[in-house]
Amino acid sequence: MTDEVAADPYARLRAATPARIGLGRSGDGLPTRAVLEFQAAHSRARDAVHGRADFDAVAAALAPLDSLRVHSRVEDRAQYLRRPDLGRRVRESDRSLLPRGDWDLAFVIADGLSAEAVNRHAAALVHETLHRLPGWRAAPVVLAEQARVALGDEVGEALGARLVAVLVGERPGLSVADSLGVYLTWEPRLGRADSERNCISNIHANGLSVQRAADTLAWLLDEARSRRVTGVGLKLEALSAASYPPPLHPVHTE
Amino acid sequence: MSAYRITLNGRTWVFEDLRALMACASPRRSGDELAGLAAQGDEQRVAARHVLAELPLRAFLEQPLVPYEADEVTRLILDTHDAAAFAPVSGMSVGQFRDWLLSYAATTEALAALAPGLTPEMVAAVSKLMRNQDLIAVAAKCRVVTAFRSTIGLPGRLACRLQPNHPTDDPLGIAASILDGLLFGMGDAVIGINPASDSVPDTIRLLQMLDELRLRYDIPMQSCVLAHVTNSLRAIERGAPLDLVFQSIAGSEAANQGFGVNLALLREGMEAAQSLKRGTVGGNVMYFETGQGSALSANAHHGVDQQTMEVRAYAVAREFSPLLVNTVVGFIGPEYLYDSKQIIRAGLEDHCCGKLMGLPMGVDVCYTNHAEADQDDMDTLMTLLANAGVNFVIAVPGADDVMLGYQSLSWHDVLGLRHLLKLRPAPEFEAWLQRMELLDAQGRLAPPGERVMQRMLA
Repeated sequence: MTDEVAADPYARLRAATPARIGLGRSGDGLPTRAVLEFQAAHSRARDAVHGRADFDAVAAALAPLDSLRVHSRVEDRAQYLRRPDLGRRVRESDRSLLPRGDWDLAFVIADGLSAEAVNRHAAALVHETLHRLPGWRAAPVVLAEQARVALGDEVGEALGARLVAVLVGERPGLSVADSLGVYLTWEPRLGRADSERNCISNIHANGLSVQRAADTLAWLLDEARSRRVTGVGLKLEALSAASYPPPLHPVHTE
Repeated sequence: MSAYRITLNGRTWVFEDLRALMACASPRRSGDELAGLAAQGDEQRVAARHVLAELPLRAFLEQPLVPYEADEVTRLILDTHDAAAFAPVSGMSVGQFRDWLLSYAATTEALAALAPGLTPEMVAAVSKLMRNQDLIAVAAKCRVVTAFRSTIGLPGRLACRLQPNHPTDDPLGIAASILDGLLFGMGDAVIGINPASDSVPDTIRLLQMLDELRLRYDIPMQSCVLAHVTNSLRAIERGAPLDLVFQSIAGSEAANQGFGVNLALLREGMEAAQSLKRGTVGGNVMYFETGQGSALSANAHHGVDQQTMEVRAYAVAREFSPLLVNTVVGFIGPEYLYDSKQIIRAGLEDHCCGKLMGLPMGVDVCYTNHAEADQDDMDTLMTLLANAGVNFVIAVPGADDVMLGYQSLSWHDVLGLRHLLKLRPAPEFEAWLQRMELLDAQGRLAPPGERVMQRMLA
């Protein structure tokens, strides 16, 4: 037994898992420090869910790219959490804001369940991705409030875009509250199934980097355009043909 | 189906059929609101309960909520209904049935004999007339005992699933959480891993690791890798040391299809696990998980409220004599159970209804970060459930599941419940804890000591 293990028998084990092991006991209960650390993590996750994405700052960070703002049919966060169906639709009066055009690609930045994720990573990911796609015609970036992944279907259809990439704040966990996900859909239109999308998730400082996510997204976009498909079809083909397999995750939107 | 009508305080309410009546009688629930099935307001809700209280229990045998021809779960429910067991309550209305359940005549033995005569719809209906206190009192009278290498559900016992999940299934990381939990006396219901990867080789690797651990310390426990039943079947074919077959199930054929299962496949899984004869004190080999809202999320709810659909899943479970049934009550999120009030109520309903159906019910006392709930609410629910005689609960290190990204109970929580309410681990497991000197002379977990830890780390 090493001295380190003698001092803290958990030292070796702690390195093997992010789980909260070896917390000690106060009688049967958790020691004060463990209780407060847990509450700090939970409060960060709660604030990410209930915080507001700073879309003014996101729009500024996107410049010189054009952007525009839409709102889902949800009134407020409480309704957002109860009514996923309303978060998937664009508010009627906002549909006319979406300029129809011959777009290869539309980006939608949706606040989803983590405002922090959008504030921190979304604009950078758009820039990095477009940088890797010379010659692509991208629609103005759509900033969508109180929005879920499937809102991109209606936006993409209204814009007339061949592909839509929805950047969305993922449900926060206790260890990560600012994780961004990307959902890619070929020929977006109302009623697309989750199985028709490809997903890149876990984009944050300690997960997938923005650079690496942009590599994967640009690669997927290229593949989707040439194969004219996203979802299960693209995933299977991509995995067998790819010279570098991107980290593809099963799709669970909400 | 015919419409139901009632005039209450000068207002007349009409419910177009039995499904609408059941949905409107349900306590307020975001999932039923999302489905467009919920009562418009509290007066309508209570009016529905008045109608329901007068409805004969027999009505549920005559008017299936989900069509017999279209759904194998309905066929299972009606084809296996035990009319002789039902006889003692067959003349009762739903309201009279509630009164009887609360009466001294409804003993532990009477409730056990009645279970095969109850359909999920009868049980769901009566639960809608019950307050939380009733759900606790009636559940506490039920006893469902199952066994594999430990015996679960005996009076005065509270078992625990030790859930040592890891984001990448790292063997050392999983072992670390298991060791941490064993030192708290956890794991007597099962040591069960939700695998991050759902492949057959990974399932086998984890099963082998758990079995080596069991043999090394001679622990009277059962292990489970919560992979899809088809993966468990493949693992058995390849000779893996599999104790329990796991599967998520729901209350309609279409919803089960969404999980990639049907009754025939579940039977195949059960028979394969039984053929291994790995149990020592009992032969229950199935572990099922359920949760309100799963049928709606698969768009397979047939216009039926989420609580009734949940109890229908228990009819599926009952067919396979499971060792464990776990309702993962707060996992699904706020669009189905909005806040702690709804989660607590649903947890008590699921536990009571499962017990009335004759199932070994456990509850994952849990919530997600987008639900209006926190650890204080889990304290409330776990204490209510322990008083209601829940067979087992789930626990993870520090209440934080780092793989699934939600919060459940900690080892500390379960330990506290055992000491507070004088509940003990499963007997075979308790004897092992004593052999390992983890329990003191009074049967309480000994104060934390280095000696045991070092012995197990050696």
